[in-house]
Amino acid sequence: MAYNNAFAALADDTRRAVFERLAERPRSVGELARGLPVSRPAVSQHLKVLKEAGLVTDHAEGARRVYQIDPAGLGQVRAWLDRFWDTALEAFKAEVEADDDEEDE
Amino acid sequence: MNRTITPAPIRKAFTVRATPEKAFRVFTEGHDRWWPRTHHIGKSDLTRAVLEPRKGGRWYEIGADGSECEWGEVLVWDPPRRLMLAWHITAQFTYDPDGYTEVEIRFTDVGDGDTRIDFEHRGLERLGAGVESTIASMDRGWGLILDLFKAAAES
Repeated sequence: MAYNNAFAALADDTRRAVFERLAERPRSVGELARGLPVSRPAVSQHLKVLKEAGLVTDHAEGARRVYQIDPAGLGQVRAWLDRFWDTALEAFKAEVEADDDEEDE
Repeated sequence: MNRTITPAPIRKAFTVRATPEKAFRVFTEGHDRWWPRTHHIGKSDLTRAVLEPRKGGRWYEIGADGSECEWGEVLVWDPPRRLMLAWHITAQFTYDPDGYTEVEIRFTDVGDGDTRIDFEHRGLERLGAGVESTIASMDRGWGLILDLFKAAAES
């Protein structure tokens, strides 16, 4: 499940430091690397893991790539609700379409 | 630093082969005919899911033992176009009369007797406190994520 990946992704101290900095505000790889005792490629590698775990997202701003915390990746409850509504709405659709006897106004 | 990070709303969109009138009616008055039996919060098995068809109407379940368990209420009743519900269920799947998240369903006529359904469950950040107390003890990782989330949401 996604949150197991999230645990694993945050088990590393540097990666957690990267994540905490992104919790403050969105930042580029360069900005992150300047504030940490690791190389830029290393920061990129950590960001890749965080992104795969669903914890951060990125987007282009001009020539640079900006990373931020993924608000959709923050909760197992959200994931549960998402699946729950899929099931419920599928059942709703089936019922609406199966029920041909009911007359429409 | 006045940024707010909130969980993205859950959104679903799909088309049903039915008029908006019929789709709205099945969703509301016909609630029990499609609501999954597995999805309820009462201790007893779900016998009936009820959505009272009016503004302020109750949204609740009736259990096999006859007990009733509230889920929420109707905030907006605008047939056959729009329905908004208050979901008073916490992250621990208990009823909370004071806190709720919003569920909105829009029914749009797209012609040929079809209706597009736009569904949204939003305000999920209000589940935050419950999420935190449930999960923080489970694992330091989640405690950290949620602390950060809470700090960001409240800053």
